[in-house]
Amino acid sequence: MMNSTVSGSPGNSAEPDPAILEARNVCISYGENLAVNNVSLLIPEKKITAIIGPSGCGKSTLLRSFNRMNDFIDTVSQTGSMTFRGEDIYAANTDPVEVRLKIGMVFQKPNPFPKSIYRNVAWGPMINGMRGDMDELVEAALKRAALWDEVKDRVDESALTLSGGQQQRLCIARALAMKPEIILMDEPCSALDPVSTARIEDLLFELKQNYTIVIVTHNMHQAARVSDYTAFLENGVLVEYGETDQVFTRPANNRTEEYVTGRFG
Amino acid sequence: MQAGLNLARRHARARLFKSFCIAMTMFSVLILGVLVAQVSMLGLPWLDWDFLSSFPSRFPEKAGIKSALFGTLWLVSLTALFAIPTGVLAAVYLQEYAKQNRITRFININIANLAGVPSIVYGILGLAMFVRFMDLGRSVVAGALTMALLILPVIVIAAKEAIRAVPASLRQAAFAVGATRWQVTRAHVLPQAFPGILTGVILALSRALGETAPLIMIGALTYIAFVPAGPMDEFTALPIQIFNWTTRPQSEFHELSSAGIIVLLVVLLLMNATAVYIRYRGSRT
Ligand SMILES: Nc1ncnc2c1ncn2[C@@H]1O[C@H](COP(=O)(O)OP(=O)(O)O)[C@@H](O)[C@H]1O
Ligand SMILES: [Mg+2]
Repeated sequence: MMNSTVSGSPGNSAEPDPAILEARNVCISYGENLAVNNVSLLIPEKKITAIIGPSGCGKSTLLRSFNRMNDFIDTVSQTGSMTFRGEDIYAANTDPVEVRLKIGMVFQKPNPFPKSIYRNVAWGPMINGMRGDMDELVEAALKRAALWDEVKDRVDESALTLSGGQQQRLCIARALAMKPEIILMDEPCSALDPVSTARIEDLLFELKQNYTIVIVTHNMHQAARVSDYTAFLENGVLVEYGETDQVFTRPANNRTEEYVTGRFG
Repeated sequence: MQAGLNLARRHARARLFKSFCIAMTMFSVLILGVLVAQVSMLGLPWLDWDFLSSFPSRFPEKAGIKSALFGTLWLVSLTALFAIPTGVLAAVYLQEYAKQNRITRFININIANLAGVPSIVYGILGLAMFVRFMDLGRSVVAGALTMALLILPVIVIAAKEAIRAVPASLRQAAFAVGATRWQVTRAHVLPQAFPGILTGVILALSRALGETAPLIMIGALTYIAFVPAGPMDEFTALPIQIFNWTTRPQSEFHELSSAGIIVLLVVLLLMNATAVYIRYRGSRT
């Protein structure tokens, strides 16, 4: 499977990276409206994969399907197969809660719980019965999210007292505390200022050592800067998928070239 | 840029609208003020410990409101006990669990319709169902069940609105760290919705406090010289006692009814104050 040449396997490198997530002929619709159209792709492990494309092309829909966050939208129906380490994410006997433990998510708008900073990080592990020293776990997660130094004296304060950029890093810490293998990020910087954005981009490089990251972004520069692989989606169709370098400098498809250069201008 | 700005006129209209709103506010407050003033003038002289601790009587000087006051406390407490859990859980189901399909919409519309059904109809239902069919007699529990039905739609609607106002992003955040629907509801949705739910509950209980018609329908008594000792006892309630006094020819009884209204208002204010206190405590933790 790893070496298969499925349409949408990333890149033409000699030695393809092992895949952790695989989508095969995935179609997702809201009622009659087809939002993701026959997408097949392999997400390589411990790399950053960016999903780019014009607004409304189905990036968020596709991203949410990886950890079954579309389950909460009544009108959604999905076909095709989706696997995590070879296991069907949508099998009847797959528990979506378990999927979300392995595949965490960071949202477009920072959405901390209206509770203390500490509790924001500790709540997930707590309700999932994780054992061990909770203080240690919270500290480790906050450190990994590069937030610890800023909040170590005020972890009992409300998370809502943090700035937008800090809140988003808290949301990353919250996801990290679950010890996931994959983190899905849906335009995590779109609500942030340039300085906070730069901090999160730096953070992504750190996280890549240990996690697989799939990031949706409408920002070409960001995709080019941070990702190893880039998928270009248009009208729900996967137009091009490959190494970021190649997608941005030598796109195989005209549409990709127009989109990428149009934005680079 | 010169055409059609009309700034002076627009400001004038804005001021006019503001004055209009102020006038309407004053009007409402004024009406309430007049009512309270009149009731106080008539009723306050009668309001003393004897009034609170005596049973009703043929003689105005001896008449008191004890049985009605205790009856109302019993009634409202039991009504709360039946209606709050039922209403809130129904709202949680409709808002958090049920698929938003045609059946759910049908249920929602009908709950809204139920809120508009005249209270006497609930009285008839209570009489047939609780008093006769379930053989609960004219007991306070039969009255409370009837009142619970009456206020249930109000609680469901208010709780649903409060739950719906909880941002979807909060639920998503919780789901994304592997919470089940119940954990999300319990730890995030209900606490966020709590102030709104509480407001709806208090409004609904205030209604139960003041309703008369359904109680008369199910046969709550007007003259009783005892306080209910248990939920199966017969009872009377404040609005019934007040109504009864106003139908007497003697003007002393009219003044007594004003005193009764004051007691009713104080109970209402205490309930509201409790809610404000709970909300205040809730907002601090
Ligand atoms: N909850 C929803 N209900 C119905 N249609 C939706 C919903 N979310 C997204 N869509 C539709 O699906 C398509 C893809 O949306 P989305 O995945 O959010 O795009 P993107 O993230 O690329 O901007 C759009 O046409 C959008 O209108
Ligand atoms: Mg989106």
